[in-house]
Amino acid sequence: MKILICLSNVPDTTTKAKFVNDNTAFDTTGVQWIINPWDELALTRAIELKTDAANTIENITVITVGGKDAEPTMRKALAIGADDAVRIDVEPKDAYFVAAQIAEYLKSNPFDLIFSGIESADYNGSAVGGMVAEFLNAPSVSAVSGLNIEGGQVKITRDIDGGQEEVSVEMPAVLTVQKGIAKEPMIAAMRGIMMARKKPLNVVAPVEVEALTEIVNFEMPQPKPACKMIEPENVKELVDLLQNEAKVI
Amino acid sequence: MSVLVFTENWDGKFKKMSFELVSYASKIAEMLNTQTVALSIGDVQEDELKKLGNYAADKIVSVNNDKLNNLDNQAYTSVIAEVATKEEATVIIIAQNNMGKALAPRLSVKLKAGLGAGVSKLPASVEPFTIFKKVYSGKAYSNVVIKSDIKILTLAQNSFEFEENAKSHAIENFEPSVGDVKTSVSNVQKQTGKILLNDAEIVISGGRGMKSGDQWAPIEELAEVLGAATACSRPVSDEGWRPHEEHTGQTGKIIAPNLYIAAGISGAIQHLAGISSSKCIVAINTDKDAPIFEAADYGIIGDASKVLPDFIEAVKEIK
Ligand SMILES: Cc1cc2nc3c(=O)[nH]c(=O)nc-3n(C[C@H](O)[C@H](O)[C@H](O)COP(=O)(O)OP(=O)(O)OC[C@H]3O[C@@H](n4cnc5c(N)ncnc54)[C@H](O)[C@@H]3O)c2cc1C
Ligand SMILES: Cc1cc2nc3c(=O)[nH]c(=O)nc-3n(C[C@H](O)[C@H](O)[C@H](O)COP(=O)(O)OP(=O)(O)OC[C@H]3O[C@@H](n4cnc5c(N)ncnc54)[C@H](O)[C@@H]3O)c2cc1C
Repeated sequence: MKILICLSNVPDTTTKAKFVNDNTAFDTTGVQWIINPWDELALTRAIELKTDAANTIENITVITVGGKDAEPTMRKALAIGADDAVRIDVEPKDAYFVAAQIAEYLKSNPFDLIFSGIESADYNGSAVGGMVAEFLNAPSVSAVSGLNIEGGQVKITRDIDGGQEEVSVEMPAVLTVQKGIAKEPMIAAMRGIMMARKKPLNVVAPVEVEALTEIVNFEMPQPKPACKMIEPENVKELVDLLQNEAKVI
Repeated sequence: MSVLVFTENWDGKFKKMSFELVSYASKIAEMLNTQTVALSIGDVQEDELKKLGNYAADKIVSVNNDKLNNLDNQAYTSVIAEVATKEEATVIIIAQNNMGKALAPRLSVKLKAGLGAGVSKLPASVEPFTIFKKVYSGKAYSNVVIKSDIKILTLAQNSFEFEENAKSHAIENFEPSVGDVKTSVSNVQKQTGKILLNDAEIVISGGRGMKSGDQWAPIEELAEVLGAATACSRPVSDEGWRPHEEHTGQTGKIIAPNLYIAAGISGAIQHLAGISSSKCIVAINTDKDAPIFEAADYGIIGDASKVLPDFIEAVKEIK
């Protein structure tokens, strides 16, 4: 079985959002880049499954659509335990554009399971995984919070609004993963970091695709009015404010 | 031309969110000077379908097919696409929830329709079609133009003030061509008798400042008297003090209740990513410098184990 993990290179979650060029571009000055948290969990689960030989996972590949500046993050994934990496050499334009690039690669390089995260920490599109599946005319399961392999079949737990379901799916399939897929992200060991340098990171040329959306500009949230402080002995006053001023109870 | 809205029902009953979606769709239909078509998939009785008309749907298309008893993303997508084509929809509205996140991206590719994910208000203009959505987990927003002929928008939860606006409407049963279903569902577990975190209008949430899992009684009791759901910060669910379903934030649930009460939560940026769209935030914390107070509307500097019992009493007095 071959597993592909779509990997998004995103600013560290504590990064303050700042913009340049008249609020049309994200200011990358001083930003630390990380593997999107969901993608890191997907990678972790794939490696866990691969350690059990019975699961016959031959290969775990990570793929990123992005410029050369995404490579340090991709190397991190190799250090954690991915076998190889593919970078499609183009700046992302929108989710449709990114998914089309990944799908094109998959047409000549088939995989059995394709993982994507439920949401990127930057553009919050929740889109790439489902789009890749539709491009490939392959089934997809979203909100995956558990994954096991039994006798060559995948057993999936997915969250539905207000519950959970056990799902099985024909392969190749795209799984969009979220909390629960793995407990803690795996951390690269020294040996892994050494080995990562020698693992293949293949750079692939993009295809012509037209984006369907375009970001015009960014805005900062409206500043919040200062927090109204209430004395701890005066909880009644708070309840009164919630009832009569905020009108939420 | 039309605006198509995909509604969701639960055991044959529409959720409040579906009315919010229909109402939102009808406002866009007004901007485009066209009609609103609501699509329902599942076994929903006519009395229930009619309720969509109360939120200004002009037409209700009901699809009930055995192959669609479980959510198969591919099959559902092809049904929505078929109805969209039949109704000549130029805008499609879907919820930004688990089901919406599963279907909207597929539909985007199938119809070559640009996706605006997680919008929270009406488009600023329809020509060009400009939407407003959050980015960087709520730390900023962006104005995005959708360039394709067909547009798909997913509406963030509890973000749109909707109202009843009854219209005369037609109900049509439609038999779609459902292809092969490639997923199968074996075991379904649904929470019953509990207010679901994503549906709740009021949420009481506890953090590490609650000290241990057996200190949760006041949070549960306050939730009970307010008719609220309970939530927690990530360390609390990591420690096993509370179930994982309650974890809110960047890597947990993203919620937008009318009222969010945070007790003993410091307000880390990853926590705020999940709750900052709440209409009103109350913080109870012993540390006056805790970042949660910057996000809160009302704050009490104090010990949650003392403040919460008073809170419960004060609420009981007004109920
Ligand atoms: C210079 C620049 C300009 C941009 N302009 C626009 C714009 O005009 N409009 C617009 O919509 N977006 C724009 N983007 C955003 C960019 O295209 C996003 O990477 C893309 O939209 C996917 O983000 P998402 O939030 O939809 O991902 P999501 O669908 O939320 O991500 C979910 C999962 O998809 C996978 N994934 C996401 N991105 C990648 C990737 N790049 N490579 C591999 N896997 C990935 C990961 O598994 C991730 O966990 C721009 C980005 C840059 C750098
Ligand atoms: C990639 C990443 C993703 C993350 N995702 C999430 C996420 O989704 N959700 C999330 O919550 N966190 C997330 N975190 C963790 C986050 O950074 C914080 O560590 C976490 O939110 C802190 O939880 P807390 O507020 O409960 O605990 P603490 O930060 O320890 O805060 C406890 C607070 O309680 C107060 N306190 C103490 N005693 C009392 C008392 N008696 N009465 C009242 N107040 C009291 C203290 O003053 C303090 O402010 C993530 C971190 C990373 C790196």
